[in-house]
Amino acid sequence: MEAVKQGAATVGLKSKTHAILVALKRAPSELSAHQKKITAIDKHVGMSIAGLTADARLLSKFMRTECLNSRYAYDQPLPISRLVNMIGSKSQIPTQRYGRRPFGVGLLLAGYDTAGPHIYQTCPSANYFDCKAMAIGARSQSARTYLEKHLDKFSNCGLEELIKHGLRALRDTLPTETDLNTKNCSMGIVSKDMDFTIYADNDIAQYLQLIEGEERSSRPGRREGAEGMEQDAAGDDQPPAAAPDPQVGGPDVQPMDQ
Amino acid sequence: MEGIMEQPFWANGPKPGSFYDFHAGHSSKTTTVMPVKHTQYPMVTGSSVIGIQFDGGVMIAADKLGSYGSLARYRNCSRILKVNNTTIMGAGGDYADFQFLRDIVEQRVIDEECLDDGFNYTPRSLFSWLTRVLYNRRSRFNPLWNTVLVGGLQDGEPFLGYVDKIGTAYQSPTAASGFGAYIALPMLREAYERNDKMSEDEAKTLLESCLRVLYYRDCRAWNKYDIAIVTHDGSRLEESKTLSTDWSTADMVSGYE
Repeated sequence: MEAVKQGAATVGLKSKTHAILVALKRAPSELSAHQKKITAIDKHVGMSIAGLTADARLLSKFMRTECLNSRYAYDQPLPISRLVNMIGSKSQIPTQRYGRRPFGVGLLLAGYDTAGPHIYQTCPSANYFDCKAMAIGARSQSARTYLEKHLDKFSNCGLEELIKHGLRALRDTLPTETDLNTKNCSMGIVSKDMDFTIYADNDIAQYLQLIEGEERSSRPGRREGAEGMEQDAAGDDQPPAAAPDPQVGGPDVQPMDQ
Repeated sequence: MEGIMEQPFWANGPKPGSFYDFHAGHSSKTTTVMPVKHTQYPMVTGSSVIGIQFDGGVMIAADKLGSYGSLARYRNCSRILKVNNTTIMGAGGDYADFQFLRDIVEQRVIDEECLDDGFNYTPRSLFSWLTRVLYNRRSRFNPLWNTVLVGGLQDGEPFLGYVDKIGTAYQSPTAASGFGAYIALPMLREAYERNDKMSEDEAKTLLESCLRVLYYRDCRAWNKYDIAIVTHDGSRLEESKTLSTDWSTADMVSGYE
C-alpha cells in the first residue's frame, strides 16, 4: 500500500458511455524521459499504474495473456469483472506466503464490455473495487476530493466534459508551482465504438487546452496532501470498516468522504 | 499362515491382464500401463442433425435413434441440448462423445452460473470453444467423432454454426450434417432462399418435412425426433414427437429385393 502512495498519481472516471484514465508521469531524473504510466491490455481494456513499474509489467503481461486466451477460445473480449477477479486471485497468493512479497503496485483499469464502461481499482492487498471514479498515487487525496465533489455530474456528461473533470482532478494533485503539460500527462479513453486509445505528448495538448488558465480549485482542509496520505497510511492495517482509503462494497461504490 | 497367503498366485510371468515384461530378470516390476487408445471409428451413432434460422430465432432438430452399426439399437437417445436461454446445440456421430461433450458443457454452464456476474455463454462463444476442442482433439489424433450444430441468439441476431470432428467450422443460416447434408440441406436452402424471414411455425414445418424425407431415405434415421428452439422469449427443448408417415406407395417400389 505504501508503494502505491509513492507512485505518481493517476485518476480514472467514467460516464454512461466512456471510461477514461489520466495519469501524471514522472521522470526519475533530469536526464531521463518520463515513465510511461498508461498501457493498453486489449482493445477494450487499458490500465494505469501507481507503484512499482516492474510489478505492473508482470500484471499487464498476465492480463494481456488472459484477454488473448478469451478471444482465442470464446471469440469474445474478456469481461472486465472477470479480468479484475483474476488479478485479485493472482495477487492474493503472495500476501499469504512466507518469503514472498505482494505486488507493490496499484492499478486503475478502464474497460468497456457488454455491461458498459468500468473503472476498477486494484491494490497490493489483493482487494479490488468497482468504482465510478477513483484516484490513486501520491497526493491522490486531493483528486479524490475533487471527484467526490463532482461525482453526480460524471454519469451524464459527454466525453469532453469527462476529460476536463479528469484533468482537473489530476491537476489538484500537483503542487501549486507546477502544472500539467504535454510531457508529464497522459490519457487513455475507451468506449463502445472506440478501442482503448492512449493520448500522450502532442496528442494530449488539445485536451490540456480545455482546462488551461482555469482557476485551480481551492482545496479546503488540504494543508498539503501529506495529511490525507498519512490518514491513508494509518488505515492500512485496520479492518475495512475503519479503513478510510479504499471503498469496500458491491458494484459502483462511491468514494466515501473522509 | 499369513506368509503363505501372500504367495503370489501367478509367478514368473505377467500379471493377469498385463503385458509380458521383458525386463523381468532385472526388475520385479511388471507393467500395468495399457496402450493409449484412440477412437478410430464410432460405435453408437446418431445420424443427421439439421438446423435453420428463421425470423427472430433458430431451431435445431434431430431424430432420437442411436444406431449400433446398422442395428437400430437405441431408439430414445436425445441428441439435442438446451445450453442456456440463448443457446442450443445438437450433435450427430458418436453418442458417447456427445455425452462427454454434453457433460462438460453442462458443468461449464453451472460454473458460469455460480460466478453470477451477468455474463453467460453466447452461441458464438460456445461455437468458438467447441471448434477449439474438436480441432485440438483431431490434432492429437484422437478426435471426438461428432458433427455439432450450435444455434441461438447472438446480440439479438440469429446464429447457426457447424463444427465437425476435424474442426471444420462455418456459420450459415441453414445447416445439416451427415446424410442430411445431401438430403435435407438442399430442401432447407431452397426454402430459405425463397423466404429468409419465415415464421417459427413455417420453419418448424420445414424441419419436420426434412426429417420425414430423411426417415424415408436414410436407413440410420428414425421417426421419433427432438426439436429445440431459441427465440427472443428464451430457448426450449420441445417434447419428443413422432413423424406421421405414409408407406402406401412402398409396395410399388421394385428392383431392390
